[in-house]
Amino acid sequence: MTGSERRDAASAEDRDVLDDVQSANRPEREPVPVTFGRRGFLRGATIGGLGIAATGALGYAFGASSASSASSASSATTAGAAGRATHQWAMVIDLRSCNGCKLCTTACQAAHFLHEDQTWIDVFTMRDASGKHYSMPRPCMMCEDPPCVPVCPVQANVRTADGLTLVDQSRCIGTRICMNACPYQARYFNWSKPRPAPRQPFPQEPAWPVPQVEGTVGKCITCAAMLPAGKLPECVSRCPMGVLYLGDLATDVAVNGIGTTVKLSEFLADNDAVTFKESYGTHPRVFYIPGSGQALDTDAEAG
Amino acid sequence: MPEDQEREAESPARGEGGLPEAREHLRIAAMRPVLDTPRWWWPAVIALGAVVVVGLAAWAVQLADGLGVAGYNDRAFWAVYEADLVAFIGVSYGGAVVSAILRLTNATWRAPLTRIAEATALVTLPIGMLFIVPHLGSPQRIWELVWPPYWNLSSPILWDFFAVSTYLLATAVFFYLPLIADLPVAAARMAGRAGVRARCCRLLYRAVGGEREVGASKRQLIEGSIGLVAIMVIPMAVSVHSVLSFAFASSSRAGYAETIFPVYFVVAALYSGIALVAVAVAALRRLFHLEAFIHPRHFVRLGFILVGFGAVYLYLTFTEYLVDGYSGTTDNAAWVRQVLIGRYWIPFWFYFVAAGVVPMLIVAIPRLRTAKGVVVASGLVVVAMWVKRLVIVIPPATEPLVRSPLAAGGVLEGNWGSYHFTWVPISITLAATAAIPLLLLLVFRFVPILPIAEMEELESYEQVLTEAIEVTGGTTSLSPGGHPGGRPLIPPASACAPVVLPPPGAGGGGFDLSLRADCWPPHGHGPSGSTGLPPFGSGGWGR
Repeated sequence: MTGSERRDAASAEDRDVLDDVQSANRPEREPVPVTFGRRGFLRGATIGGLGIAATGALGYAFGASSASSASSASSATTAGAAGRATHQWAMVIDLRSCNGCKLCTTACQAAHFLHEDQTWIDVFTMRDASGKHYSMPRPCMMCEDPPCVPVCPVQANVRTADGLTLVDQSRCIGTRICMNACPYQARYFNWSKPRPAPRQPFPQEPAWPVPQVEGTVGKCITCAAMLPAGKLPECVSRCPMGVLYLGDLATDVAVNGIGTTVKLSEFLADNDAVTFKESYGTHPRVFYIPGSGQALDTDAEAG
Repeated sequence: MPEDQEREAESPARGEGGLPEAREHLRIAAMRPVLDTPRWWWPAVIALGAVVVVGLAAWAVQLADGLGVAGYNDRAFWAVYEADLVAFIGVSYGGAVVSAILRLTNATWRAPLTRIAEATALVTLPIGMLFIVPHLGSPQRIWELVWPPYWNLSSPILWDFFAVSTYLLATAVFFYLPLIADLPVAAARMAGRAGVRARCCRLLYRAVGGEREVGASKRQLIEGSIGLVAIMVIPMAVSVHSVLSFAFASSSRAGYAETIFPVYFVVAALYSGIALVAVAVAALRRLFHLEAFIHPRHFVRLGFILVGFGAVYLYLTFTEYLVDGYSGTTDNAAWVRQVLIGRYWIPFWFYFVAAGVVPMLIVAIPRLRTAKGVVVASGLVVVAMWVKRLVIVIPPATEPLVRSPLAAGGVLEGNWGSYHFTWVPISITLAATAAIPLLLLLVFRFVPILPIAEMEELESYEQVLTEAIEVTGGTTSLSPGGHPGGRPLIPPASACAPVVLPPPGAGGGGFDLSLRADCWPPHGHGPSGSTGLPPFGSGGWGR
């Protein structure tokens, strides 16, 4: 039963996607402003930065023109984003079922030809207050207000209209200030030659950065290029426990790799979902359902 | 050295005639690095150049193999190059302080130090800026930083870029303006000399417009401009290190997200900057025989400024660690623990001893408060403040941020990242260090090492003051150099053999708080002591 539901969901996705593939696949240059807060502050700080630039005649001349073009572009994105995007991607991670097998990590690394230490989806071993161990997968949180995006000096971070934060590795200069900004340590650098990759179905682009580029930052992309084709991200589809769900806030549905489809809002409300480091104001789009492997038959204590 | 004395003895005949002996001597001393090539010059330049070449080779290896060879990893994403960037831009602050602040406060004793201080700023700032290149993962795309369509004005790194380049421009202007009046003197000394370098010098002087004698009205204009730039350069210097600190402080990372950071960074820069000026002045004074103009007293005064900044820095360090450690939030307590008693305890306590306690003791204890003592303290400060920058940059970067993530609670098991030095960043850092003396030696192949015009001007100013004192019944006595009252700013040639200092305790000396306190005495010490401090230079620095 779940299989047919899943097929229906997938084909519905396909139909949506056919109209949407062009726009969704091409990331917007400017992030979508969601809330006041960091971005509002940074906008003020930008004016301060302009003031510093103004001290140098050169900086002033270029800075002013760049600022005006940037602000007009971002307002255009704001207007367009709400009406256009058919999907707002999210993830649900059901910690009650995670056994810490790390198949998600290895599947991700295989699909994106990553080095072993580039754990775009990492699985942390945590210890709760009762002393019990549990596993916690951590992909990119795809924040609504991502701290990593505004700090890049060359606009190499992009936030797509459907809510994914991606890196343009053809532009990234490798300052790594985004790695500093990310409170989830979800960004990984290519410190050496990337693993070679065979010819890919997609060109090397933010939505499918394969192979990786040496000297640039890489991160979880929620397999952005595969979503419009109705495919689940690698980690989701390869998770044997059904821990990881791909969700869509726009259509209010979430699907996991073993064929469970749920109504996203109800699923989150019924299971007391939380987000990671809520106090950081990032508004993550990855929702955790707290737990420590209760749904598993085996003892989750990993020692 | 007997050769030097011979040259000094015969040189007045060589110069422009009609100058008073003292001024002639000043010009000879200021132009000595330009005109003469000491025996050590080429070996020194080649040795320093070799160190720079090794650094460049290390950088080439890093380009070929990626940043990983520099010891970086995803859990130590910022480390030594960031510390280098902050430290080398920091030491350029000495030029701003000695020149701008002392100029604005009208501390005339600064005069013989200003050219060296400004040159130090001029060479260290570009070296510091260049650390952005090995820092970047993709340096071949560095042009994107100067390509306005790619700019993201909300990025602290771009603010850094604007602030530092503006400051570099200001530093260059601040170096050039006082030089304008000196260039005709240098050009006159160069005239008629053969050789490639002499021709280069003349071309350079002509290119920067310094062959004609500067008239009185133009001089006034230059004076005004220097004053203006001196005022502008101070907020600019403050902005540079504040903005550098924003790259760290504007994140949410425990240990970086400190509101104290802008002030902390600026004070650190001033502290290490003063220290580097003291070291550079001491070395160049010794190498180019400037003992007649740069007196042990100068070092002691630099020492007072040094410990002033050192004390403020120690206080800020204490405040930061106390507050972060005491608050006890998991992430903050973790990095404070790592720094104080964890795996970074050696570098931190090295800083505490070498740049916290020892410099203060050296300046506080009268027997150690000598030129030599201050230079030793300054050398310690330069090194220890670099180490302190490592302690600022590395521990927070290597701490896990996912310690207690969920509302349900939980603690991350296992350790996180660490940074390990490799030969690559060490070679590059050493190369940058060697580049400072190398570039200084090269700069002083072209420009006078002492600010001739400024010193002559202040000499006249001091004379006027002295006369005023005498008229109003001041206490100064007749000077040995024939100047009416008090000591001359510029010693006569006869006085320019290596300075002989009176033995400790002899001849009073000490801290001269009279109006004339700010002229530097070439013959020993000022009027007998007013504060009861022991004589400066009793360590026998000046031979």
